[in-house]
Amino acid sequence: MNPHRRVTSPRPRRALAAIAVGTAALTAAACSSSGSSSTGTPGTGSSSSGGGSNAALTASAPGITATTITIGSHQPLTGPAAPGYSEIAPASNAYFKYVNAHGGVFGRKITYTYLDDGYNPINTSSVVRQLVLQDSVYALFDGLGTPTHLAVLSFLTAQKVPDVFVASGCDCWNAPSTAPDTFGWQLDYIREGKILGQYIAQHFKGKKIGYFYQDDEFGMDGVKGLDYEIPKSMVVARESYAPTNVNVAPAVAALRAAGAQVVVSFSIPAFTALLKLTSLKLSYAPQLVVSNVGSDPITLAGLLQAFAKQGGQTVNGNQLISGIISDGYLPSTGATSNSWIALFKQVHDTYDAGAPFDGNVLYGEAVAYTFVQAMFKAGRNPTRADLVSAIEAGLPQGPAVAPYDYSSTSHFGITGTFIGTITNGALVEQGSALTTDITPTGAITSYTGTEQQAPANGIPSP
Amino acid sequence: MRRTLAGLMITALIVVFLSIKLNAFRDYQIAEIGVYVTAVAGLSVLTGLSGQISLGHGAFMAIGGYTSALLLLHLGWPFIIVLLIAAAAPAAAGAIVGIAAARLRGPYLAGATLMLGVALPAIALAYPGTFGGDQGLNVVFTAPGWLGSSFPLTRWQAWVTTATALVTLFLLANLSRSRIGRNWRAVRDDEVAAALAGVNVAMSRVLAFVVSAACAGLAGALLAITTALVAPTAYTITLSITLLTAAVIGGLGTLPGAIWGSLIIVLVPTYITDLATSHGLSTKISANIPIAAYGLILILVMLAFPRGIQGAVRRLFVGFAQHEKEGTSESS
Repeated sequence: MNPHRRVTSPRPRRALAAIAVGTAALTAAACSSSGSSSTGTPGTGSSSSGGGSNAALTASAPGITATTITIGSHQPLTGPAAPGYSEIAPASNAYFKYVNAHGGVFGRKITYTYLDDGYNPINTSSVVRQLVLQDSVYALFDGLGTPTHLAVLSFLTAQKVPDVFVASGCDCWNAPSTAPDTFGWQLDYIREGKILGQYIAQHFKGKKIGYFYQDDEFGMDGVKGLDYEIPKSMVVARESYAPTNVNVAPAVAALRAAGAQVVVSFSIPAFTALLKLTSLKLSYAPQLVVSNVGSDPITLAGLLQAFAKQGGQTVNGNQLISGIISDGYLPSTGATSNSWIALFKQVHDTYDAGAPFDGNVLYGEAVAYTFVQAMFKAGRNPTRADLVSAIEAGLPQGPAVAPYDYSSTSHFGITGTFIGTITNGALVEQGSALTTDITPTGAITSYTGTEQQAPANGIPSP
Repeated sequence: MRRTLAGLMITALIVVFLSIKLNAFRDYQIAEIGVYVTAVAGLSVLTGLSGQISLGHGAFMAIGGYTSALLLLHLGWPFIIVLLIAAAAPAAAGAIVGIAAARLRGPYLAGATLMLGVALPAIALAYPGTFGGDQGLNVVFTAPGWLGSSFPLTRWQAWVTTATALVTLFLLANLSRSRIGRNWRAVRDDEVAAALAGVNVAMSRVLAFVVSAACAGLAGALLAITTALVAPTAYTITLSITLLTAAVIGGLGTLPGAIWGSLIIVLVPTYITDLATSHGLSTKISANIPIAAYGLILILVMLAFPRGIQGAVRRLFVGFAQHEKEGTSESS
């Protein structure tokens, strides 16, 4: 027998044996962690056992037992969007812990599972399927990011999972007919763009304006709103960036070359910091106007110092961000006399003291508060459909500076914001909150309603 | 040959059984494993048999993924045809890369393919009108009507990817035992000797790239229908490195190794995350543990089994059949 043939000839039988072994290993791995095949079926429509205030607590929907409510989320705990945003889910969880310690929602405790997707849509697909198909969460809560959440929108709709309070201001979440279970929460980028745009058009007349924006729905929605208010002739440059590419030097150089005196930035915090540092390097100092999501002072100052340190420089973060114009749809974290800030600061100090009390933490707690509000409204034994109808019936204003837009025809959340300037590391409010709609011609008006006070016990009333 | 086919049928039946028995998320993971097996097997053949390295296989997956997404989106062709084109398009790209690669060795080849892996997905950003920019394209893929409306989509995805993976393994197994496979090994072991023996060295190397790229393209199409999305962020350089890691952990040049490697890269991160969160570790730590564990496993496998898991398995079987092996070595 030819020895070479023995050495080089493959061993199909052995290969197949190994394939079989591999499959067996898969069986073992798959069976060991979960054997059930519950596929998160949609709610049955009417809550047959709900109603009466003393009705026994039942497992009225997937993710709801007599004692618990399990919800899930996808969050950027690592990756380009992690700085700042990774504080949001722990802050929400802190508020849920506070609620759990003070009687829960009709006695049920909230379990919040948030998984890391690294701000990568492919990972989002995977972790959201895990939450819905394996962990059978009742609802997806505060899924973070426009490109990431868009990747799972049709999946969640098909599974009829309530997809509440997406952590993104894209107008994509307002689609009651095609995504009936999805709701936005924060101020959408079109409204925000309009309000910032009007401010710029009024306060920087005759100046050259440049845009710097993320090249997805987030940035493009913002630009849409800006363009409704800023005359085309004032805009001298439109530069976009991809969140996967940290080299923003060409974009900043183009803004500088066009002579933009005011730069409006619809960016995530890391890219606001890169914009600022790169401008500094090019001795370019335009007035910055930054969207709320990219302007949290504490996050920005920290990022600037960290990035500069990587480049062997030392900068004073607070000094660098001083004077940036932005907006806020929640009370400023510096407003210690505000009842909401006092409540959320107290919850933060008890359950999430490791994180700084910044805009991200405030956001996480405020959106968690809104979820608890909606759960109380959904009833003692809610189905998934009950939560959706509860929100569509409208929610009281809560911590936001302007009312929610929720109805059966609108799934937009907060409708207004105030303009402010970053001074001494905090956003300082200038004037009252402004509200508007998403149409090109819809007026921007001062919000005259009174803001609500936080409930004394810190828990929304049923 | 008949036994090979029978074995494949049995494997397929086991997967069908599992996909019905387990929950929908496990189906999704089976589908993910199918995707990786398809790509890793192709890469393993390229690196292990023909001795060429590629750090840019994510780019071929991107070509396959975008090709299938565009065909499904605009033309609505049957998936089986889409799949074939999704293999053909990157195969053509693989031929071009292969021609360049045939002149490059070692680190230069690694560098050239790395560049491909970094640069190609960026084309999607340059033409957002066609490719949807950073947002990518949504892929609509549904289970065929004859399965009934209540048939879970994830199960159908698991079936389609597993079937494709098994067919790919079957074809690669045949190819590697054919004249072409022998030529690859000959070129890998000694180019001069191979050339003297009449092997067309350049052709052999280019062909390896074509075959490997076609597998990656198939995997790209399967990934697109599994996640319902093609986006540049899906095909980063990390993906290319992950594929190579899976091939190395599993055992380079061995097809069962592709399965081992894929099992590890799909199941380990989920398992570790579950473990880390269930032990109440802080978010900052539990979020980073899968990445650290992944590195640790890579190091341990390489230290303990330099020939990968399949190498270790093989050694185990050889140990059991020690005297048989001794007989073999005497006869040669």
